[in-house]
Amino acid sequence: MKKLGLIVNPIAGMGGRVGLKGTDGIDTLEKAKKLEAKPWAEKRAKEAIEEIEYLKSRIKIITYPAPMGENVARNCGFLPEIIGNIETEETTASDTKRAAKDLYKMGVDLLLFAGGDGTARDIYDAIGESLIVLGIPAGVKIHSGVYASTPERAGKLASLYLEGKIKRVTVAEVMDIDEEKYRRGILSTRLYGYLRIPFEKNYIQGLKAPSPISERYNQEAIAFEIIENISDDLFYIIGPGTTTRAVMEKLGLDYSLLGVDLIYKKKLIGKDLNESELLKKIKGKKVRLIVTPIGGQGYVFGRGNQQISPEVIRSVGKENIIIIATKRKIESLLGRSLLLDTGNKILDRELSGYYRIVTGYRESIIYKVTSG
Amino acid sequence: MRSKKKIIHPYIPNSVPEVKEEMLREIGVKDIDELYAAIPENLRFRGDMNLPDPILSEYALKRHVEKILSKNKTCEENISFLGGGCWQHYVPAVCDEINQRAEFLTAYAGEPYEDHGRFQALFEYQSLMAELLDMDAVNVPTYDWAQAAATSIRMTSRITGRDEVLLQDIIFKDRFLVIKNYCTPVVKIKTVKHDPETGMMDIEDLKSKISSNTAAVYFENPSYLGFIETHGENISSIAHENGALSIVGVDPISLGVIVPPSHYGADIVCGDIQSLGVHMNCGGGLGGFIATPDEEKFVMEYPSRLFGITKTIEGEYGFGDVAYERTSFAEREKGKEFVGTMAALWGITAGVYLALMGPKGMQELGKTIMQRSQYAMKKISEIDGINAPFFKSPHFKEFVVDFNETGKSVKSINRSLLKYGIFGGIDLSREFPELGNSALYCVTEIHTKEDIDRLAQSLREVLR
Amino acid sequence: MKRFHQAKWDEPVIFELSTEGERGILIPKTEKEIEESVGDGLSVLPEKMIRKKPPSLPEISQMRVLKHYLRLSQECLGADLNIDIGQGTCTMKYNPKINEVFVRSPKASELHPLQDEGTVQGSLEIMYRLDLFLREISGMDRFTFQPGGGSQAIFGMVSIIHAYHKLKGEDKRDEIITTIFSHPSDAAAAAVKGYKVITIYPDADGLPDIEALKKAVSEHTAGLLITNPEDTGIFNPHIAEFTKIVHEAGGLCGYDQANANGILGITRAKEAGFDLCFFNLHKTFSSPHGCGGPATGALGVKKELIPFLPVPVVDYDGKKYSLNYDLPSTIGKIREFYGVFPAVLRAYAWIMGLGAEGLKEVANVAVLNNNYVLNRIKKIRGASFSFPKTENRIEQVRYSWEELTKDTGVTTEDIIRRMADFGFHLWTSHHPFIIPQPFTIEPTESYSKKEIDEYLDTLENIAKEAYENPEKVKNAPYNSVVHKIDQSMLDDPEKWAITWRSYLKKHRNNSGGT
Repeated sequence: MKKLGLIVNPIAGMGGRVGLKGTDGIDTLEKAKKLEAKPWAEKRAKEAIEEIEYLKSRIKIITYPAPMGENVARNCGFLPEIIGNIETEETTASDTKRAAKDLYKMGVDLLLFAGGDGTARDIYDAIGESLIVLGIPAGVKIHSGVYASTPERAGKLASLYLEGKIKRVTVAEVMDIDEEKYRRGILSTRLYGYLRIPFEKNYIQGLKAPSPISERYNQEAIAFEIIENISDDLFYIIGPGTTTRAVMEKLGLDYSLLGVDLIYKKKLIGKDLNESELLKKIKGKKVRLIVTPIGGQGYVFGRGNQQISPEVIRSVGKENIIIIATKRKIESLLGRSLLLDTGNKILDRELSGYYRIVTGYRESIIYKVTSG
Repeated sequence: MRSKKKIIHPYIPNSVPEVKEEMLREIGVKDIDELYAAIPENLRFRGDMNLPDPILSEYALKRHVEKILSKNKTCEENISFLGGGCWQHYVPAVCDEINQRAEFLTAYAGEPYEDHGRFQALFEYQSLMAELLDMDAVNVPTYDWAQAAATSIRMTSRITGRDEVLLQDIIFKDRFLVIKNYCTPVVKIKTVKHDPETGMMDIEDLKSKISSNTAAVYFENPSYLGFIETHGENISSIAHENGALSIVGVDPISLGVIVPPSHYGADIVCGDIQSLGVHMNCGGGLGGFIATPDEEKFVMEYPSRLFGITKTIEGEYGFGDVAYERTSFAEREKGKEFVGTMAALWGITAGVYLALMGPKGMQELGKTIMQRSQYAMKKISEIDGINAPFFKSPHFKEFVVDFNETGKSVKSINRSLLKYGIFGGIDLSREFPELGNSALYCVTEIHTKEDIDRLAQSLREVLR
Repeated sequence: MKRFHQAKWDEPVIFELSTEGERGILIPKTEKEIEESVGDGLSVLPEKMIRKKPPSLPEISQMRVLKHYLRLSQECLGADLNIDIGQGTCTMKYNPKINEVFVRSPKASELHPLQDEGTVQGSLEIMYRLDLFLREISGMDRFTFQPGGGSQAIFGMVSIIHAYHKLKGEDKRDEIITTIFSHPSDAAAAAVKGYKVITIYPDADGLPDIEALKKAVSEHTAGLLITNPEDTGIFNPHIAEFTKIVHEAGGLCGYDQANANGILGITRAKEAGFDLCFFNLHKTFSSPHGCGGPATGALGVKKELIPFLPVPVVDYDGKKYSLNYDLPSTIGKIREFYGVFPAVLRAYAWIMGLGAEGLKEVANVAVLNNNYVLNRIKKIRGASFSFPKTENRIEQVRYSWEELTKDTGVTTEDIIRRMADFGFHLWTSHHPFIIPQPFTIEPTESYSKKEIDEYLDTLENIAKEAYENPEKVKNAPYNSVVHKIDQSMLDDPEKWAITWRSYLKKHRNNSGGT
C-alpha cells in the first residue's frame, strides 16, 4: 500500500487575499487575521486531495493533526494515520519542518505539501532531496518550481505518480524571496535549494512527433556539449542551477549546490566563492562564465547568482558568457525573452541582445536576453 | 492580374463567384489579392507560369494520360525476369481491395480514436511481421530496404558508441549508395570480401577487418545476387565476440522456408516488404522494415514510429505510439534521425497479405519459388555457353546467369529477348565487373513452367 | 450538432480470428514436371537453414480477412469522408479519383524500374514533364523525384549542401540554421549529416527574428533550412534578406516548401533567393497520404547544384526519354531506384487538369478559405490566434485555446477528442508547443463554404460546452471508435507491447484472460 504524506501550512496565502504579501512574520499574520483573511490553504489542499479520492482504498495518507492535514484528509473521505502533535492551530515553520522529518521517517512514497515559497523552503531545510515531494499551490505568488500549476493538477500528478503511471522525477528549484523587500515592492530572489518532484511530461501524439525527451537527458546532452568544448587554457566560472549542476556531475567534480564554483583544466579549483574570492581568482586570467536561467521568469543574472556581480561580469567580458538552458526551460517562457538584473542598469543594457544558447548536444538557439 | 475567364472547378467548390463574394464580404475584404498583402512586390510572381493549357473535362484528361501511359510495356504483357530489390509476385485481390479503400488511402495523422482502424492495421502489420521474423519489436514502415539498413546501422552506432560498420561487398549498388550517403560523415563504411566461388562472406577477411571500432556487421540473406549465406551464425558470433552487433537484411517472402535471421544471431533485421502483396509500381512499391528484440536498448533507438496496444477506460483495445523517453545521454550520441511520411499504406497491405497467406501459404510459396528457380537454372544451363547459377551455393528466387562464354553482351541479349516478349535479367556488367557478362535473373511463383521453357527456348534462339 | 457515430466494430486483433486449417489464398501449385526435374526444392539448403516450424501467422479464410480489414477501414476517417480541415499543415485536400484510375492501371503498376528504357517511355515522359512543371512553379532549374517523402527531401537538400561545401574544401562549415516553427525534420536531417543545428526563435510579430539570424551566421554556416509561410500562416516578407545574409556568409539556402498550397503562382523559391527547394507531392499536389506514405518529396535545385543531384535524372533529347546516371558530383542516392511513380503520376494529372490559372485559383481559394476560418475563430470565446498583431495569413493558422483552458481547465487535447465525436480531426502543432494549447487548421481549397461552416459550428459548440460542461469535453470521446485511451502503458518498458506476441507475453501469461 502506497503511503502519501500530507502537510498543510494553514496560514499560507492568507496575506495575499487581503492585499498583504506573504505571512512569514507573526506581525503580518496578526494583521491578516484582523482583516479576517480566511485560511485558504486548507481549501486548496482539499481541491488537490479530492483528485486522489478514488485511490482511497489503495493508498494511506499519513499526516499531522487538525489543520496541518488531518482535517483535509478526513474531509475528502480518507482515514488518515495521524502522527506528531502541534501546540496551537497557528502553526509555524518549525511545525512544518518537524512534520516533514517525521514523514520522512515514516518512509512515505510521496510528500504533498500545501503552501508557498516559505513552505517549500521549510520542506527543503527539513529533508532536502531525500523524498519525492510536490507542492499544492496555496501561497500568494510562488517562485519556486516545486509547485504544480493548480491544486487540481497537483492532485492529478500525485495520483499518477502513486499509481506508478509516471515514474520519472526531476529536480526543481526552491527560491528564497526577500520578504521585506517584496512587501516594499522589490523582488529580490535567491536560489535556496532543490527538491525532487514527479516529472510531468507533455504527451504528444502524432505522425510528426519525435520521442519525448526527459529533462535529465537534455541536461546531460548540454553537459556533454559543454565538456566537449572545454579548453584547457581557460578558467570556467560555473553558476548555480540544475542545468549547470549536470555539467559538474558529468565532470565528476564536487560542487556547491547553490553557489558559484570555478574550474580549470576540468578540475575544481574554487567552491562556493563569493564575489571577492571570485575576482581574486580570475584576475588576469582568461575566463568563461557558464550560467543558466533560474526561477520561473528566466533570469540569467540576478535571481540566484548574485555572487556574479557586475564587476565579475565585466572582468569576464560579454563575449565570454555562455548561457545554457534546456528546451523545456525556453519553452516555458512562451516567447518572452530571458532576463537579467545584475544590479547595474548600465551593464544590463550593455549585456542585452541576442545570445547563442546551448540547448543540447550540437544544438543551440539564438535567443534574446533583455534587462528585466 | 485578372485572368481572362473564370472557371468553376470541380475540385474547388468555393471558386463559384457568388460564394467567393459572400466570403469576402464576411471577412471585410474586397479582393483576394488583399489577402496577400504580406508578400512584398519584389517577391510577387507577376508572370505566367508556362504550363500547358488545362484539360478540364475528366474524359479528356483520361484520354491524355492513358495515351502517354500506353507507351509503356508492362511485366504483365511480357514475361519479366527482373528482380534486384523490386520483385514481381502475385498480388492477391483482397490486398488491392483494402489499400484502395478511401478511408485508408486518404487518412494521415489523426488520433487513435477516429483513426483507430489505421493504428490497429499497422499494429497488426508489426505483429504479423514479428511472427515471420520471430522477433518482438517491428517498426511502422520506412522508405525502403536501403533506408531500413542505413537506419539499422546508425542505430548500432548509437547503441555501441562505435563509428564503423562492415558491409559485405556484394550488395545492390543503389542500397550501398543510400547507406553511404546516410552514414557519411558520422559512420565509416568498410566492405568485406566475398568468396569468389560461393559468393558468401569471406570469414577470414571479416576477422581481419573487424575491430573494437566496429559497431555492426551487415549482410543480406539471400544476398542481392540471390545466393543464401549459410555461415550467418558464424558471422554473428564473430561480431558479438568483438562487441559488435549483427544486422541482417532479408527478403521476407523467403521466410516461409528459410530460417529467420534471429535464429542465427541477428540483433537487428531489416528488409523490404514490397514482395508482400504490393505491386512493383516502377519502384514505387517499396517499404522498409526494421525488427529488434523488445529490449530498451534497441527500442529507444528507433527513429520511426512504433505502435503499441493498450486499453481504454472502457476496456476496449486502444492503440498509440510507444514513446520511449530517453533518460540519460549516451556517449558519442549523434543525431537521432528523422521521421516522416514513408510507406504506411504498404505496411497495411503487407499485413493483409500475411493474414491471407498464413503459415501454410508462406511455406508453400517459398517451396514453389525454390522449385521454379531451380528449374529455371537447370533449363538455362542446358544451353551452350550459359552457366547458371554463377555461384556454387543454394539460391532463393534470384541467381546470376553467366553469359561470358556466349561471346554476346547481356545488353544485346536482352535487346533481342525483347522481341520475344521477354524482359531478361538485370545486366550486372557495370555494377559487378568481376562477374563479366552476367545477368541477375529472378524467378517467382508467377513464372509457370511454360514461361520458363519459353525463356530457355528464346535464349537458345537468340544465341544461335 | 450532427448525431454522428463512427463505425464501432469492437474488432478483435487479427490473431484472435485464427482457426487451424483455414486458408486465405492458395498458391500456384508447382507443375509435376518441375517437381520431377528438381525435387522438393528445399534439399539444396543446408538442414539448419530450413525453417522447420512455419511462422505462427494466423489461419483465416479469405472472406473473414477481407471483412476484418474493411471493418478497420471504417474505423478510420480519411479525408474523403470528413471535412478534414483540422489536420493543419498536412494539406488534406481532395485526391481526385481519376488519378487512382491511372495509378491502378497495369500500365503504371506493372512496371519494373530497371526495364529497358524503351519500354517505359510513358513513365519517363510523365516524370520529365512534371519536372518541367515544377520548374515553372518554383523557378528552380531541375527536379528529382527520388526522395520518398518530405523528410527525405530535406535530407536530400542537406546532403547536397554537404557535398557542395566538401567539394569546395570548406570543411569548417559545420552548422545549419533553421527556425523553431520549421518541421522537426529540418533540424533532425541536418543532425544526421553531422551538422550542428542553430534554431532561431520568432520575434514579437511571429516572424523568424532577422537579428537572431545575423547573430547565427558565421564562417561555420553551411546553410539555412526554412519554411515560408510557417505553420502560423505568417508570410515572412523579409525572406529575400534572410537568404542574402546566409549567402553573404557563404551558406546555401534550402526552402522547405512541403506545403506550398497558398502560394502557387503567387511567389516562388527563385525570387526569394533559394538555392534548393522541395514540394510534397502528397500535400499540395494531390497525391493521397495513404496513412503515412508512400509519398514523394520533389526536390529542385538551381543550375549550379544540378551536378549534385541524386541519380538518375530523366533526360529528353527531343526524341527519346532516358535515365541519366552520370552527374559529375552526385550525392549518389537517397532512395533505391528513382521515385514513387504513383505519386508523380497523380501530381502530373492534377496539374494537367488545372493549368496555370487553375493553380493560382487553388492558392487564392485556399487563402480565402483560411482567412474566412480565421475570421470566424476570432469570434469563438476562449480561442485566440498566434501573434494577433500580424493579421495577414496565407493558407493555415495556428490558434490557441489558452484562454479557454485557463477559464475551464479543458485542454486542446480534450477538444481534439471531443471533435472525434462528430467525425472531425483537429491537430495541435509540431513539437515543441511554442503557442500554448495550440490547434492548427488548414482548410485548403477543397471544401465548400457550407462544409467549412459545419466544421466551425461544431468547434464553436464544443468551445461553448467547455464552459458549460467541462467534464463532458474532458472525458470525450463518446461516439468514436473507442473511449479515452490509457497512455500510461505505452511508455513503460515493462508494459508496452509493440507486437501481439509481446502483448501476450507481458499481459496474458499470468492472468489467463482479457
